[in-house]
Amino acid sequence: MGHLFKEKKKRSGGSRLSCIAMIGPVVVWMLLFLLVPLLYVICISFLSKNSYGGAGLPVTLQGYLGMLQSEYGRIFLQSLWLSGKTTLICLLFGYPFAWIIAHAPKKWKPFLLLLLMLPFWINSMIRIYGWITLLRSQGVVNQMLMAAGLIQKPLDILYTDGAVLFGMVYDLLPFTVLPIYTSIEKLDHSLVEAAQDLGAGKWHVFTRVILPQTMPGIFAGSIQTFIPSLGLFYISDMMGGAKTMYIGNLIKNQFLSARNWPLGAALSIVLILITLMLMRLYTKVGSLDDMV
Amino acid sequence: MRHNQMNKTTGKSREFHPLAVGYACLIYLFLFLPIFVVILFSFNSSARNIMFEHFTLEWYGRMFQNRQLMEAFWNTILVAFASTLIAVVIGTLCAVGLHKFEFKLKQTINQALYIPIVIPELVFAIAMLVFFTSLNVEMSLFTLIVSHVTFSMPFVVITVRARIAGFDQSIEEAARDLGANEWHTFYRVTLPMILPGVISGGMLALTISLDDVVVSYFTAGLDSTTLPLKILGMVKKGISPDVNALSTLMIIGTVGILFLSTAIQNHLERKQDSRTSSTGMSTPVQSRKASAP
Repeated sequence: MGHLFKEKKKRSGGSRLSCIAMIGPVVVWMLLFLLVPLLYVICISFLSKNSYGGAGLPVTLQGYLGMLQSEYGRIFLQSLWLSGKTTLICLLFGYPFAWIIAHAPKKWKPFLLLLLMLPFWINSMIRIYGWITLLRSQGVVNQMLMAAGLIQKPLDILYTDGAVLFGMVYDLLPFTVLPIYTSIEKLDHSLVEAAQDLGAGKWHVFTRVILPQTMPGIFAGSIQTFIPSLGLFYISDMMGGAKTMYIGNLIKNQFLSARNWPLGAALSIVLILITLMLMRLYTKVGSLDDMV
Repeated sequence: MRHNQMNKTTGKSREFHPLAVGYACLIYLFLFLPIFVVILFSFNSSARNIMFEHFTLEWYGRMFQNRQLMEAFWNTILVAFASTLIAVVIGTLCAVGLHKFEFKLKQTINQALYIPIVIPELVFAIAMLVFFTSLNVEMSLFTLIVSHVTFSMPFVVITVRARIAGFDQSIEEAARDLGANEWHTFYRVTLPMILPGVISGGMLALTISLDDVVVSYFTAGLDSTTLPLKILGMVKKGISPDVNALSTLMIIGTVGILFLSTAIQNHLERKQDSRTSSTGMSTPVQSRKASAP
């Protein structure tokens, strides 16, 4: 016992330096390149726009007040609505899909999961470009439909709000499916059987037993879909023809073209607040580790 | 036959409804269709990407003459590998450190690692933009790499940490008792055990970097565009099929790396599993199951 104690003490005494050496780099890196920039954004949101296109004194609420313009309010609601629709569609299509993968023969599972992950590996820009090739007015789909005599002139599929929604769902579906898959894998089947033995119908088993148990996955999947969808400005640029403004495009413009940093920073802070709220909600049902 | 493959513990019948199979196929088709299209049109003799005319390999030769495209390609590769390397080295060190040592701020660091994962990418991107602009740092490959490391490193730390949490610390202690020094213990005992985690963390970092559009959009300079940014810029004016050809090569390359790393990981895990089972140790999952009432 005494020996053990000494051993431990000795190690912790000499370890201070190696502790710093091991954890230090990440801590310094994160402080410098994450915390400082983020704090700086918070600062900028309270500054005023200066003539050089940056931000400067005096301290004002200009940025936040600027958001109150009715136009921006509309953009915000539009974006939340689009992200909400994206998340809902991803859940509706993703849940059964996750269920099927989770219940596939064991031998197949790694392969099915790999197939699901594979598109991740290929740059989303390349994949969106593939859709554009297919969907644009002179694209493959329209050409085929015309050749088949189903339509006379090309349909406007691309550069519509529907196309943006489509692109969002396409880009984010795997992010919805994976956490749901994980939670279905963890499902305690004995409870399902117990419910069945007690005479519960299929719908009842699903809503009372399966759905509550897979709720952490549904939450994680929704968050992983909803939050990124708010910032995906390039999908609306590419597939929507940048006709409808969304919050991602609005923030981007404040920093790159309109050069109103305080407004852009204030909008970003709101985005962070939405995220934090959702995360708080999430940590009540699941663990953060399941998000990765 | 099919019942033999069933997982006995769940006991539920897994006869697959044809509808379920069809549905899964449709979703997979949805995911892969645009990829097939990009590949198919890289072999198309028409430059306008509308209808498939004749098979040609012309674009694969042409892409090498497109200097801007090639530059964007090499930038993408350089940034991805450099940022992954940095993220893996300091991320792994940090994960091991977090496991080994107890200190006051440990919980804070553990939680802070989730910040880059959960905050919207766009917010992080503009934070980097205002940070570098205010310091008068010109956007370049350097700023790209720094930003990529920042958002990929937490994934490495978390993946490696999850791997370490699962292994038996007594092996490390045994090595030390047998006279191995810190470095030797790390190199010969700890590292081989966490290697599968390090590889999957590294693969994750590489993927995120290769796939990134949002952060690169704000932190790339004029002479340091990456391939995704190049495509984004070209899409409005029309993309020539040499982009398809290059994309096809990138698809083949990434899929190749993915399969290779999975094979290495499987190999390592199998080797370790056989070692642990022969010494009669149980994995944490097994022991948790055993202790459950």
